[in-house]
Amino acid sequence: MSIILNNISKHFGNFSALKDINLEIPEGELVALLGPSGCGKTTLLRIIAGLERPDTGQVLLKGEDKTYQDIRERGVGFVFQHYALFRHMSVFENIAFGLRVKPRNKRPSEAEIQKKVHALLELVQLDWLQNRYPDQLSGGQRQRIALARALAVEPEVLLLDEPFGALDASVRKDLRQWLRHLHENLNVTSIFVTHDQEEAMEVASRVVVFNHGVIEQQGSPSEIYDNPANEFVSRFIGDTNIIPLEHHNADWLALSGLSIATNANTANEVHVRPHDLEITKSNNDNAATATLKDWQHLGALIRIELAKKGVNGTPDIIYAEMPNEQFKRLQLGKGDKVELRIRHAHWFDAA
Amino acid sequence: MHSHKMTKIALKDPTWVRYGLIAISLGTIFLFLCLPLLTIFFEAFAKGWGNYFDELTDFNARAAMRLTLVVALISVPLTVVFGIASAWAIARFEFRGKSILITLIDLPFSVSPVTAGLIFVLLFGAHGWFGEWLQAHDVKIIFAVPGIVLATLFITCPFVARELIPLMQEMGNEEEEAALSLGASSWTMFWRVTLPNIKWGLLYGVVLCNARAMGEFGAVSVVSGHIRGVTNTLPLHVENTYNEYNAVGAFAAASLLALLAVVTLVLKTFLEWQQQRDRTAISQP
Repeated sequence: MSIILNNISKHFGNFSALKDINLEIPEGELVALLGPSGCGKTTLLRIIAGLERPDTGQVLLKGEDKTYQDIRERGVGFVFQHYALFRHMSVFENIAFGLRVKPRNKRPSEAEIQKKVHALLELVQLDWLQNRYPDQLSGGQRQRIALARALAVEPEVLLLDEPFGALDASVRKDLRQWLRHLHENLNVTSIFVTHDQEEAMEVASRVVVFNHGVIEQQGSPSEIYDNPANEFVSRFIGDTNIIPLEHHNADWLALSGLSIATNANTANEVHVRPHDLEITKSNNDNAATATLKDWQHLGALIRIELAKKGVNGTPDIIYAEMPNEQFKRLQLGKGDKVELRIRHAHWFDAA
Repeated sequence: MHSHKMTKIALKDPTWVRYGLIAISLGTIFLFLCLPLLTIFFEAFAKGWGNYFDELTDFNARAAMRLTLVVALISVPLTVVFGIASAWAIARFEFRGKSILITLIDLPFSVSPVTAGLIFVLLFGAHGWFGEWLQAHDVKIIFAVPGIVLATLFITCPFVARELIPLMQEMGNEEEEAALSLGASSWTMFWRVTLPNIKWGLLYGVVLCNARAMGEFGAVSVVSGHIRGVTNTLPLHVENTYNEYNAVGAFAAASLLALLAVVTLVLKTFLEWQQQRDRTAISQP
């Protein structure tokens, strides 16, 4: 089911949570609403679900205006951040709830309910937990049961609020992969809210970046990473070195292959991703642009801490990243002078 | 661990202080609680079982029991409805005057019951604001059952609400939203999700409310008029019979109220234990 949002605004008292949001989500996508906390992403999810009403604007599901329709008539499945499993019901009854509360003429028979619930339990690979109660499950198990419960009513849209927010790092990694595969199999239009950019990039087919109640950028993960639309997106997605275009930076940027003159229009900041910064050992110590201070192992990558001359002689720290092997070949030690070359950079006009 | 032990040693009082304090509390409880309770049963059975049962099956005693039950049967359900409605409103919605409502719910606790009774006399009594109108339409409130119910309602209305408000605030409404998102109607949501979650707190409130409804003396005394066999509740019956120097009758009726208190205490403890168990279950990861 496609989702179209037209001019959605929402206020809470004096606080403006969403400002004139326009968004189109094609059928079958797995979309991440990404942003720092308080940016309005959860409010938007709740508006799509019908748990919240927008002050202005329209919610179109499958082309139909459903702005004022009740949540139970929208055909959406909602997975809550803290799962909201019914604590006094067994896992089986939790999943069966949506089937049991259907109007009598649409309610499946007990045998059909049994079959359906077991199919869902198998889908989330937790068939052996059917008689447990929510308080006897781990966080990851609760999350999967909450998902099975939402899927029981065969929603046309699946909405997930911070689905991995309350889980351990290792469980989170597994569940991310699992959710993506599940989406591939079910092909239900799905939207999830997250503040974790890594999670959004890994799981989603499209990412919508929010800040202060407006959409900053939307696109595929690679589009957003490679071409951040503005300074906020560039800062928020991935790591980046932020270098103000001030006089003392001009020289070494020029030496590193960035000519400021060509981009002198309105930009006052340049962002360089750590892996876009190339390092070579300096042949001429006096002309060298930076000193190697330290490095850290990040698994396959090495993060290199570099000091270059800043204002008043205090060193500015910038970071570079490169594969382990490459770093070994450079044979660099602490305190060595290095030359920098910037492969790629983004220019922004920061407010 | 170490510092914990240190404080314990520091806080350890001499033996005579500890046993002194224990003796004072036990002594007080025996003197002011156990002894009077025993006296009630002692006096009630002073002239044998036969007399005891005669007094309890006496016409006026039975009328008083019946009235007490009727009053409780009317006021407890109404208090439950009021309690759930106001707890729901306070825990789930933001509205103007919410803090005033929370304060007002506690009002009956801070007003003397006699004053509460007097309010109704001033409103509905023969010389009260609505007295003439009520007389003209032949409606009796004061010195009749409706007045007793009203006074009891006034006294008992906070009991359920006070239990449920913190409970529902703590619970949040995600489970309810989940039920709605799964297609449940508001009614189904209430019966199958909200009510099972608040049931122990609700029962706790009901038990306390019932004890108070059956045991209330002050407010009911003002509005009842003490018409024997008609507007006497059990506590009023105790007073009446005692004033007539019928000690066995008074203590027999009082023994029923004492039994009610014991049953209430047992139920209250059980419900507290149940709630505690549910709460630890929630807090587990």
